[in-house]
Amino acid sequence: MTAPVNPKKLIKGGLHDWEVVIGMEIHAQVTSRSKLFSGASTEFGAEPNDHVSLVDAAMPGMLPVINEECVAQAVRTGLGLKARINHRSVFDRKNYFYPDLPQGYQISQFKDPIVGEGEVLVDLADGESITVGIERLHLEQDAGKSLHDQNPTQSFVDLNRSGVALMEIVSRPDLRSSEEARAYVTKLRTILRYLGTCDGDMEKGSLRADVNVSVRKPGDPLGTRCEIKNVNSIRFIGQAIEVEARRQIAIIEDGGTISQETRLFDPARAETRSMRSKEEAHDYRYFPDPDLLPLEFDQAYVDALAEGLPELPDAKKARLMSEYGLDSYSANVMIADRAFSDFYERVLKGPDGKLTTVAPKRDAKIAANWVINEFFGRLNKDGLDLSQAPVEPEQLGAILDLLGENVISGKIAKELFDIVWSEGGDPREIVKSRSMNQVNDTDAIEAAVDEIIAKNPDKVQQAKEKPTLLGWFVGQTMKATGGKANPAAVNALLKAKLGIE
Amino acid sequence: MTHLNELTLAEARDGLKAGDFSATELVKAHLSAIEAARGLNAYLLETPERALQMAGVADAKIASGEARPLEGLPLGVKDLFCTHGVATTAGSKILEGFQPHYESAVTHNLWRDGAVMLGKLNLDEFAMGSSNETSAYGDVVSPWRRAGSDTKLVPGGSSGGSAAAVAAHLCLGATATDTGGSIRQPAAFTGTVGIKPTYGRCSRWGTVAYASSLDQAGPIARTVRDCAILLGSMAGADSRDTTCADLPVPDFEAAVARGVKGLTIGIPKEYRVEGMSAEIQALWDKGAAMLKDAGATIREISLPHTRYALPAYYIVAPAEASSNLARYDGVRYGLRVPGKDIAGMYENTRAAGFGREVKRRIMIGTYVLSAGYYDAYYVRAQKIRTLIKRDFEEAYASGIDAILTPATPSAAFGIGEKGSGDPVEMYLQDVFTITVNMAGLPGISVPAGLDAQGLPLGLQLIGRPFDEETLFAAAQVIETAAGRTKLPAAWWA
Repeated sequence: MTAPVNPKKLIKGGLHDWEVVIGMEIHAQVTSRSKLFSGASTEFGAEPNDHVSLVDAAMPGMLPVINEECVAQAVRTGLGLKARINHRSVFDRKNYFYPDLPQGYQISQFKDPIVGEGEVLVDLADGESITVGIERLHLEQDAGKSLHDQNPTQSFVDLNRSGVALMEIVSRPDLRSSEEARAYVTKLRTILRYLGTCDGDMEKGSLRADVNVSVRKPGDPLGTRCEIKNVNSIRFIGQAIEVEARRQIAIIEDGGTISQETRLFDPARAETRSMRSKEEAHDYRYFPDPDLLPLEFDQAYVDALAEGLPELPDAKKARLMSEYGLDSYSANVMIADRAFSDFYERVLKGPDGKLTTVAPKRDAKIAANWVINEFFGRLNKDGLDLSQAPVEPEQLGAILDLLGENVISGKIAKELFDIVWSEGGDPREIVKSRSMNQVNDTDAIEAAVDEIIAKNPDKVQQAKEKPTLLGWFVGQTMKATGGKANPAAVNALLKAKLGIE
Repeated sequence: MTHLNELTLAEARDGLKAGDFSATELVKAHLSAIEAARGLNAYLLETPERALQMAGVADAKIASGEARPLEGLPLGVKDLFCTHGVATTAGSKILEGFQPHYESAVTHNLWRDGAVMLGKLNLDEFAMGSSNETSAYGDVVSPWRRAGSDTKLVPGGSSGGSAAAVAAHLCLGATATDTGGSIRQPAAFTGTVGIKPTYGRCSRWGTVAYASSLDQAGPIARTVRDCAILLGSMAGADSRDTTCADLPVPDFEAAVARGVKGLTIGIPKEYRVEGMSAEIQALWDKGAAMLKDAGATIREISLPHTRYALPAYYIVAPAEASSNLARYDGVRYGLRVPGKDIAGMYENTRAAGFGREVKRRIMIGTYVLSAGYYDAYYVRAQKIRTLIKRDFEEAYASGIDAILTPATPSAAFGIGEKGSGDPVEMYLQDVFTITVNMAGLPGISVPAGLDAQGLPLGLQLIGRPFDEETLFAAAQVIETAAGRTKLPAAWWA
């Protein structure tokens, strides 16, 4: 909260500059087969009320039983956020009436959450990085869904989501711009996906954000915040912050004050609207759920889960940089998705896939450039997921080998990549069968060079005065050899024959 | 000759085994007694067809030598236990028409062991009451009357239907529940035996919740032995209730004859409450003497936080109830009264569905959990609860094996006599029993004599956690010494 103010992040008001202060509550659906307190399935896309147990429907006398996998997932996530794991936590009831909340209360964790303070390192586009504090993570039940469009006079309720486990991850108000907020959610989602504790699919509602926004003059104490509820895409998070900050600035500069309230973001109108004021806020009457004992486990349990964790993005980035000499930008691209860096490392290390034991035989930086520019670029262009890619890492690796062995030139390599992408096949075979291999035979290149020099005496003359004309001769030679001549050999020969130093 | 429904549960069990009569005959004797006793309003729902069907199965099992522990023994079920395919109301209009698609853990265990269901028994609405007068389906009339009077008396509550049915021979035993005294007080009022086991001894799964941290199921029956037999079947671990203890169930019946030789019985001085009647004091002294005569050592003890138990209970229990009863909203089951919008539907449904006492406790509970009051009420009540528990722990640590107290401050009162002006007058009924729920301990109420008007009075024994066996042993000593209470003749028939 007291971090130095970065003038680049300030928002220009009519009177002066404003600093926006943002904190987030992310609701992440826990990846688990069954719900937090019942055995009903969590599968997405079932018919309404297909996945509802007696507990989820709050039938009389039904009791919650904690799903141990959800506990393990919360602990794994806490470890991934470098957070304190609380060996004793308590489930509380949050009481309010709503038709999609069958019990009349949500089972959540209020005073004693399962995970305490942690942090997330966030890299920004300009190369800067910030550390965002995590205040807590707790487990809670999701609500069902009210359907208002099924009948002209009645609303229906679908309880499939009722009781599904959520992790609420609360950040400190450490974010200072919409860009930081977007980068934070992106990074958090990456960590969750690496851990396998949440699929991060915002379209399915697996990740939702409540965004707390306030503004202040730089150096002033925190302003009054408004909470924007249930924003369901990273783009909307950015937009909601921008419009909300500007709304607050306009009010304050007009001499008004901000009242603390809950607001909703309307993407169609690009505005936030009041949902309920502080006075209308619910009194949730939290108290410990007497149906559940406190949740207790020991350090050995935490240690066992820690041992099973995968390499996380920050560690992977550091390793990619130190082990392969990647720059920060390339490393960031690679870690954005666990599958990206997996693909890259398979390209690098060959078909055995033994990432840790085999020394790289392919040039790591060239491979990174190829994976990022050619391979990811092509995926983007064709709108494909990595899992749908028609080129296997082994094929790309073979192209890189051909390039490294001087069998093909860079230009041919790109053509070869196109062929492999659209037709498939073994790159080495393709080069052979289509005679794509580079001409390294100096005699053959020399014959071509001699012919061009002989045909263009005027250009030869000009080149002696203007050495940049060399490029024209190189182009002609490459054309004459069908692009297969080794460019270095062509260059050297031409320079010698034209007398250019 | 004794009517079959007047046998004790143990006698009936032995008679069935010996082939003296069939389960069908035993059930039929009960069904006609129930029919003749409809004026007592003990049963909310009779299930004769199911009873005869279950009796038929029992007779076949007995004939083939496969009799289970409770084979063919007809029981009543407090209408707080959900019964598969049989309407379950919790004594409330709000559950009108509700038929569970599941069987409570406790009743499941009884049917597993061969018992026969006669029907569902009346109770105070959602088990909130001490006289069965809060039932939405009418008062239960006690089979007991004062000598020379035909004033209708309450059977106690909330398990009033259970106690009245057992006392009037309308079942061999009944399931009941106890949150602040709801088994022990009606047992004392009706000359029957009732045990509230240790919290966690019986699964709460499938029993309509009143106050989750206090609710516990137990039996009411006509003898200590019958209670021991029934609890042995009702109790047991259940992974569906995480507050249910993962402990084996001891042979409770074997403990009945253990005696009290060498045991030390505590007499807590704080239970000598102001204004206690001489009759109750005399009964208490008599009970202590009986135990002493049987070889126990009697010692006065102190449970200093006793007087805070009742007020603390009336914070904790309503707080939990206000949340537990939120699910009765008219959306999914039970009563629905339409309204102009969803809030209107909630308000109309709950206004029409809940009775006065339930509404009162929901309001108290909502209030004590509200922002700004939570620390002053709920948190302090929980601290008191810890202190009450510690009082008992210290007594037991000092060598006390069980504690003897009166079960109730008086004998049964007339219908409409108490609590209509001041609810606290009714709440005081539980002054001796409520500490036991707050501490999660087992407590048994056993008849020990009659008052001057000829009404039964009970004594309570409180035990260590999960030591119901000592309670059965000590209660049996009192039952033997006092002689079994002679239950009233069927004036209602």
